[in-house]
Amino acid sequence: MPEEPAVAASKEAVVRVRGLHYGFGSRKIFDGVDLEAARGRVTAVMGPSGTGKTTLLRLITGQVAPAAGSVEVFGREVTTLDTAGVYSLRRRMGMLFQNGALLTDLSVFENVAFPVRAHARLPERVLRQLVLTKLHAVGLRGAAELMPSELSGGMARRVALARAIVMDPDLLIYDEPFVGLDPVSMGVIVRLIRDLNDALGITSIVVSHDVRELASIAHHSYLLSGGKVVAHGTPAELDASPLPIVRQFMSGESDGPVPFHYPAGDYHADLLGDGKERPRS
Amino acid sequence: MIGDTLSRIGRVGIFLVRVLRHAGVVFTEPRAVVHQIYNAGARSLVIIMLCGLFVGMVLGLQGYDLLQRFGSEDALGVAAALGLLKELGPVVTALLFAGRAGTSLTSEIGLMRATDQLTAMEIMAVDPLRKVVAPRLIGGIIAMPLLVAVFNVIGLFGAQLIGVQVMGVDTGAFWSQMQGAVELDDVNEGIVKSFCFGVACSLVAVYEGYHAQPTAAGVGLATTRTVVISSVLTLLIDYILTAAFLGR
Ligand SMILES: Nc1ncnc2c1ncn2[C@@H]1O[C@H](COP(=O)(O)OP(=O)(O)O)[C@@H](O)[C@H]1O
Ligand SMILES: [Mg+2]
Repeated sequence: MPEEPAVAASKEAVVRVRGLHYGFGSRKIFDGVDLEAARGRVTAVMGPSGTGKTTLLRLITGQVAPAAGSVEVFGREVTTLDTAGVYSLRRRMGMLFQNGALLTDLSVFENVAFPVRAHARLPERVLRQLVLTKLHAVGLRGAAELMPSELSGGMARRVALARAIVMDPDLLIYDEPFVGLDPVSMGVIVRLIRDLNDALGITSIVVSHDVRELASIAHHSYLLSGGKVVAHGTPAELDASPLPIVRQFMSGESDGPVPFHYPAGDYHADLLGDGKERPRS
Repeated sequence: MIGDTLSRIGRVGIFLVRVLRHAGVVFTEPRAVVHQIYNAGARSLVIIMLCGLFVGMVLGLQGYDLLQRFGSEDALGVAAALGLLKELGPVVTALLFAGRAGTSLTSEIGLMRATDQLTAMEIMAVDPLRKVVAPRLIGGIIAMPLLVAVFNVIGLFGAQLIGVQVMGVDTGAFWSQMQGAVELDDVNEGIVKSFCFGVACSLVAVYEGYHAQPTAAGVGLATTRTVVISSVLTLLIDYILTAAFLGR
């Protein structure tokens, strides 16, 4: 195993994406994306729904392979790794899914214990301490014996976060961590992301379209649109950007370079027609 | 159409090989496998017993009606035993299994797919084929012959109940003719069939669940497909195996 890249990576990027191309069939999702996530930093990836933020995370975690370009994680090229190699990389990652993705037939405690049981042989007493410590960190030690169906959306996401950090990952990936949360749960998650990052020195990638929440925690933000990185920089830099598409996204105007309407034919003709000659793609 | 079916069979075959590479879970995680035997088996037990009783009772009635026309109603025990062991036991159990255990396997795995639970496992470097699919497939394969055995026992009891208790066939003749005429080969045929049906029905159920579209409609569709494909496959395999056993 080559040692040099890992050493080099310790100085700078944990994740490095170069010239990434990807598409579903003939539909292009990424058309040359470059981005980096620096060690110990919170990197935000923003963009309108459907730009491919989740797809980007699937590429970084090695679930799908790009059409072209390179994806480097911990200094290893993900695209050339076999299944065993990808799995060994993933042991150093934690991921928080949009809806938590807790295993519904296991209790909260067993959900958090799941990766530990799968990868380590720990005495039950040590395992219990470890799991309860992580649950305490997200404020849910008291919910250890509940089933996932008994949790609110915010609680489920915090349990999923405890599960994501239970193996002490070096890289934590969040997919839309703020969606559908009430303001209090949202505040809790925002604080947890930054605290985990600062206290444990974890590198974080946060995918979201909640500009304001991200601004308070991200060190560096990327704005994706139309298959490309259209802007990147610190939240302050993005805020000051003169680019219309950045302005539209940061201030949340509904129409602009990012159109409100999905491409469609003539509205008037569509309403008055009998629907038969509707153009199909 | 034929090309489609063939490539589909190929994909299912590859899936089977990929899952069976994790057959070691029987030894490394026996509790998970036992839990799935319980899920597929114990939970189908009541419906299997109930249907076994009715099928046996019908056999008693029809068998008696048929045999008494030839004055050989004493052979009812043989007729019922052979009918159950070789055909009705494995086939009816497999059809019930597809409807009861197969559908719940498919929808369970399909929902895990739709709610990202399978992806989450992959990200935690745990192979869902090993953790989720293998124990369920093996549990189903083990459960099927056991269910068939239960079905047969209850079925024989039902046939005896009607034939002997109600229609008045001689008890001694019923049991002794059965003992005399049923051969080991007949029992083997039933065992081979129930094993093959177990593999087919469990495999279809986990395959459809694992490959379901990750939406509510997708999981529903996959569940329907499980019942339809398992049933057709069971009857097709039944014909092939019957022909093979008779042709020897
Ligand atoms: N399996 C798939 N097949 C075809 N298209 C897909 C598939 N998954 C996602 N897409 C499309 O790719 C685009 C990007 O999806 P996604 O990465 O989920 O976007 P985001 O997370 O930014 O909202 C979407 O427009 C979606 O329609
Ligand atoms: Mg998404």
